[in-house]
Amino acid sequence: MALREGSFGEVKVPLAWTAAVALVIAAIVAFTLLLNDRRETFKTEAYGATRQAVDNVAAPVGGVLSAPVRWTGSGVGFVTSYFNAANENRRLKHEMDEMRQWQAVAVALKDRNERLEALLGLRTEPPIPMASARVVIDSRGPFANARLADNGSNAGIAIGNPVMSDRGLVGRVVGVSPNISRVLLLTDVASRTPVMIDRTNARAILTGDGGPNPKLDYLRGRDPVKKGDRVLTSGDGGVFPRGLPVGTAVKGLDGRWRVVLDSDQGGIDFVRILMFRDFSQLANQQALAASTIPPVTTEDIRAPTTPLVTVPAAKSPAATAAKPPVAARPAQTPTPQPAPAAPPKPAPAPAAAPVIPQ
Amino acid sequence: MSNSARPLDPWRWIGIPALACLAASLVFATPIRVFGLQLPEPVFALVPAFAWAVIRPSMLAPFALLAIGVFLDALWGSPLGLWSLSLLIAYAAVLFTRSWMSGQSPPVMWAWYVTVAALAMFAGYLFTMMDSKGVPSPTAIAWQLAWTAILYPFAHRLIGRYEDADVRFK
Repeated sequence: MALREGSFGEVKVPLAWTAAVALVIAAIVAFTLLLNDRRETFKTEAYGATRQAVDNVAAPVGGVLSAPVRWTGSGVGFVTSYFNAANENRRLKHEMDEMRQWQAVAVALKDRNERLEALLGLRTEPPIPMASARVVIDSRGPFANARLADNGSNAGIAIGNPVMSDRGLVGRVVGVSPNISRVLLLTDVASRTPVMIDRTNARAILTGDGGPNPKLDYLRGRDPVKKGDRVLTSGDGGVFPRGLPVGTAVKGLDGRWRVVLDSDQGGIDFVRILMFRDFSQLANQQALAASTIPPVTTEDIRAPTTPLVTVPAAKSPAATAAKPPVAARPAQTPTPQPAPAAPPKPAPAPAAAPVIPQ
Repeated sequence: MSNSARPLDPWRWIGIPALACLAASLVFATPIRVFGLQLPEPVFALVPAFAWAVIRPSMLAPFALLAIGVFLDALWGSPLGLWSLSLLIAYAAVLFTRSWMSGQSPPVMWAWYVTVAALAMFAGYLFTMMDSKGVPSPTAIAWQLAWTAILYPFAHRLIGRYEDADVRFK
């Protein structure tokens, strides 16, 4: 009322101008939001409270909305399987015969693999615990391909965990709430996955573009891939374990190599979330950083009576440069040697134990 | 005072369509497969973005579009602000051209709607390129644009219902 009685009470601003001002303010807010978005970092702190709140609201709604269709599908499936029981039985028997042959091969290979691992002293990756979840929200647009799964940090799921369907790799977890996880699909434009071609062992980066078939970028080697090659995760970078099935290579209409995803062959209703941690995450980083360098033990050829000389680790570089190094031996094997009758020869370096990188 | 002389209630022409958009987006984001095919993902929010600007300039509409965009980004997992900005660009384009286009025949309005939707998609394409350092598939964009284009009848209905509802803007 006071404003109307004053001089400003007579001021009339056209609605178009006020609408334009509101538009500019809203655009500035939106632009600021876009600039501050750190979705591409895929870090826990970048997954803000807004996204968590929407996930927690949308996931139960999506579950309820999709339930009738799921129940209908189950009912139709039940009736169909009842009428197709005879055909299904014949097909399953045929598959069982094939599987029995493969089972024998698999048992032999497993046994051989275990023996070779034991011979090499190979440190194999520990078994990966898994959590299952049901997909409740699914976005399929060109700018974002993600899914919400109804299991979260309460089950031990963390950001970065790989996600698989019953057929192949689906993506990885990029956001997590106590009961909800957001899965970034391999087809998302921000998705980059290190993969390898099974036949040639050639490495590539699987790059999503919002379409159904992600591209194979940074392919190395001569003719590294041909149509129909199997594509697996390479394990490079430690985000995914090595050897997860991804899909099959095809030549795209644009002339680029693309991948038909295994996970697209069936509906992704349920997913398995692998609580995978690579070696760098499993190792005790503090213990590694705190370890002291063991002293270097060398053999001095000019001192025949004392073939082993221990050089302190903290010796200055100038001092070590003055004395030429000789064949190195492990520090923990200073076994006493009998006095040689002839002038001693430098002992050959023992063969190093093979170390297989994990 | 007759109904037409009464100021238009913002809840009726902004609030309810906004909520309907959010609900439709949520329904179409469910992982339902019909005969093995996934549901399409049209941008329902482009319907009010177009219709609100045609009906009349408003101070509330840009902020409603901002809120809808933030919800869509959080629901679909796109960068926060991407759809807000794209919707506001579409709204601004309609707002600045409404004096030439208002009152045109439905096919012309439909073509205008598709042009504005394409503009919003192109803005999203550019923002995604800048944000994710990747190039979205033009085919996927064209597919989403096609599904969004067939939503024009809803915009036509919204415009027809509220364009003449407030006598001050006749």
